Amino acid sequence: MFKDIFRKTKYVTIPSTSTQKRTPADISPKEPLNISKKELPDGLWVKCPKCGEVLFNKDLEENARVCTACEHHFRISARERLELLVDENSFEEWDNDILTLDPLEFPGYGGKLLEAQEKSGISEGVLTGHAKIEGNPVVLAINEGNFMMGSMGSVVGEKITRAIERAIELRLPVIIISTSGGARMQEGILSLYQMAKTSAALGRLAENHLLYISVLTDPTFGGVTASYASLGDILIAEPNALIGFTGPRVIKQTMRQELPVGAQTAEFNQEHGLIDLIVGRTQMRSVLGRLLRYHQEGAQYGATV
Amino acid sequence: MVQLFDFEKPIVELIQKISELQKFSAEKEIDLSQEIATLEKKVVLLKQEIYGNLEPWQKVQIARHPERPNFYDYAPLLFEDFIELKGDRLFADDRSVVGGIALFRGTAVTVVAQVKGRDTKENIKRNFGMPHPEGYHKALRLMDQAEKFGRPILTFIDTPGAACDLAAEERGQGEAIARCLQAMSCYHVPVISTVIGEGGSGGALALGVGNVVLMLENSFYSVIAPESCASILWKDSAKAKEAAAALQFTAQDLQRLGVVDEIVHEPQGGAHKDTDHTAGQLSLVISKHLTSLMSETPDVLREKRHQKLRSIGVYKEISQKSLDNFEKRLD
Repeated sequence: MFKDIFRKTKYVTIPSTSTQKRTPADISPKEPLNISKKELPDGLWVKCPKCGEVLFNKDLEENARVCTACEHHFRISARERLELLVDENSFEEWDNDILTLDPLEFPGYGGKLLEAQEKSGISEGVLTGHAKIEGNPVVLAINEGNFMMGSMGSVVGEKITRAIERAIELRLPVIIISTSGGARMQEGILSLYQMAKTSAALGRLAENHLLYISVLTDPTFGGVTASYASLGDILIAEPNALIGFTGPRVIKQTMRQELPVGAQTAEFNQEHGLIDLIVGRTQMRSVLGRLLRYHQEGAQYGATV
Repeated sequence: MVQLFDFEKPIVELIQKISELQKFSAEKEIDLSQEIATLEKKVVLLKQEIYGNLEPWQKVQIARHPERPNFYDYAPLLFEDFIELKGDRLFADDRSVVGGIALFRGTAVTVVAQVKGRDTKENIKRNFGMPHPEGYHKALRLMDQAEKFGRPILTFIDTPGAACDLAAEERGQGEAIARCLQAMSCYHVPVISTVIGEGGSGGALALGVGNVVLMLENSFYSVIAPESCASILWKDSAKAKEAAAALQFTAQDLQRLGVVDEIVHEPQGGAHKDTDHTAGQLSLVISKHLTSLMSETPDVLREKRHQKLRSIGVYKEISQKSLDNFEKRLD
């Protein structure tokens, strides 16, 4: 059982010129690389942005939107992630009635919010609630990357804080899956202090001896890395996910420093001792399920798991 | 030579004119005292008008003034004694974060402060006041020590932001800041955080989780630097002035938004015009809050700090019916 946890990750680098790729049967191996996205019938095929492989959308869906050729993890929505992770019909959404205001009347914010709601189909940058993962009850928060890059303003901070507080009341573990550009500029200092608010709630969770697993997905940066995303008892990242404090473009601009290839990837973070585990999306549910089981109440002091 | 800002030029020009008139009147033995008196009155009014109505961007300039007093300028004026304690016990001693044990009006306190350099040489040593993870680890170590010994914590914020280079990424900048936030929110001792210059984003917030948050009148405290905000919003960092207004990060804005508890008065024109006076004001206001906090029990202190954090944020909760309509629209 443990060998899966400690297994060396196989997600590192596969040259994009590899000829070993799996190809949909009805396309000859050389053709797909020359097909531009435009020529592909809508919705049926997808080109992998990493290896260029043209993938049958249905195959991609079935493989948790992980490239079947190079294991590149496509970005997915919070709802898609939810479906991949939780037991069927076990999710009960919380606090979807909290909506964003524009307290600073920040230029263009109102329009951006509407646009983000249309694009993502959800009201704000995080989905929270109660669910079961392989039979284990858990409080879950999932950032929605399609909503202003999952950035944290008052609502994201409030929903995450409430979810943690309810986990303390219910004595349940918490899993937060981060995808975020950081604190949301448009709500100014209020966004900045959501970092403190969520961290404070996690402090109380920790004092209650309740488990918090933080799952970092592509991309996780700024104020989210500098608050709840880094405070897990266990930190798990998806392969190749970019994780850091300052974005690579900003480092390049302000420090005139060129980052080495592979900097800020999940693997880089693991090499520097900053995360516990790299887990591929197709394995995530099973790893989370096991970790939750080992932390169930009554699992301490040799009680049978 | 004190650096002058464009908005201060009319004042300086008027003062020059007065001194010219005085010189002229002395040389030619002509009595111009009435004219001079009129102009001097005008200087007072002009100063009130200009310094009393500083725009956000002008405050940014004052907060970043190379001669703005830093923690080392205030320390001997605020504390009877200060023993600096160095290092994070893990990697290095970050010189952009300074800390130790001080005696403040007879009370032993733990002090943690961000410090910018005064010249290029010192700025290189202090990384322009931008802490690396080891700076936050040092801050955390010293604050944990304060919690252990029941000492109040005073933090002084003055940073453009946390260090944003490869080294910071390799050593876990995000985690280092997050640990400070979590630990500060759980302490049982009084914590007073004061923004004395620039409060740059998460790097500043890491020392900002106080029971009481104070700001010097001309400091600013922002989620993002105005230049960066402008470059994201308008693809033009030169529009920092507009961004400064949009971000609402002055002491007055933050008091209105419920983050800052009290604004500490600065002399006309900014703290650098009179460091002693500014330190006196700081001492008075900090002392007032410290006395009040020290009368609370440890559990109440912690709970109140938590409640303060808990209440920050602006949002609306809607009815089930409006929610249904809203969701229909999204579908």
